[in-house]
Amino acid sequence: MASPNELEVVWESRDGTTILKPDGDIDLSRSPTLRTDIRRAFDDKPKRLVIDLSGVSYMDSSGVATLVEAMQLSRKSNAKLVLCSLTDRVHSIFEIARLDQFFTITTTLDEAVSA
Amino acid sequence: MDELVHQSEGRAVREGRSVSETKPAVEIRLLSDPMYLAGARELVLGLTRRLGFRQDESGRIALAVDEALANVINHGYGRQLDKPIWMSIWPNAKPGVPGLRIVVEDEAKQIDPDTICGRDLDDIKPGGLGVHIIKEVMDSVVYERREKVGMRLIMTKALTPKPTSAREHANG
Repeated sequence: MASPNELEVVWESRDGTTILKPDGDIDLSRSPTLRTDIRRAFDDKPKRLVIDLSGVSYMDSSGVATLVEAMQLSRKSNAKLVLCSLTDRVHSIFEIARLDQFFTITTTLDEAVSA
Repeated sequence: MDELVHQSEGRAVREGRSVSETKPAVEIRLLSDPMYLAGARELVLGLTRRLGFRQDESGRIALAVDEALANVINHGYGRQLDKPIWMSIWPNAKPGVPGLRIVVEDEAKQIDPDTICGRDLDDIKPGGLGVHIIKEVMDSVVYERREKVGMRLIMTKALTPKPTSAREHANG
């Protein structure tokens, strides 16, 4: 059980795909937790890493930076990175940062697993 | 929609009576610990909604303020957790213009304001987005040195007039 100031990240595996589901706001105080989980996930050399953002109601640029770093790690390890289920508010920061075309983003988790 | 228009009109009436150009309506001091960012942005989110900003605009303004405070914590104070940051809020963008003016001040190292700029968005890499986000969201963004120590960031956002409802057109 994470403390209130820590981000809880739920892990799931499906046929070579690792799914990370962070739950809560991702800001400067919480993005380091997501970064640690993403690095650990790539250590297991998955074919695909899906980050399910349905439980994230807010993300700042430190969260976006963490995901850009995840994209760099995915390229190094020849894995596919897919983001899914972005809330409108989270999608907004990707648009402001003009990164909505940089990532593979799907509407649902099922689409992300098969994208 | 009618209710929102009336709320906005009511706020304008109140504004004429209570807005001071010198004294902020809200002043808070917080420590440079990222843990307190959530409280600051919730304050901005709630206040901007009451001032008449749309929900998506409020979210973007709260994001810009969060980025401003995070920049002070990261770059100004180098992640020291116990340094002061002040945030002052006025319920107008400038005299007579409904909206929002937010001033963030610190006691961090002073730098040349002209050197503060966001990174090239085509050069995709982690970090460096905060200033770009602030400038994208707010109408005006001014960095300056405080008189003796620290920096000051002044951000404004004017309230976009809401579309008049069909019933008001019919009545008008």
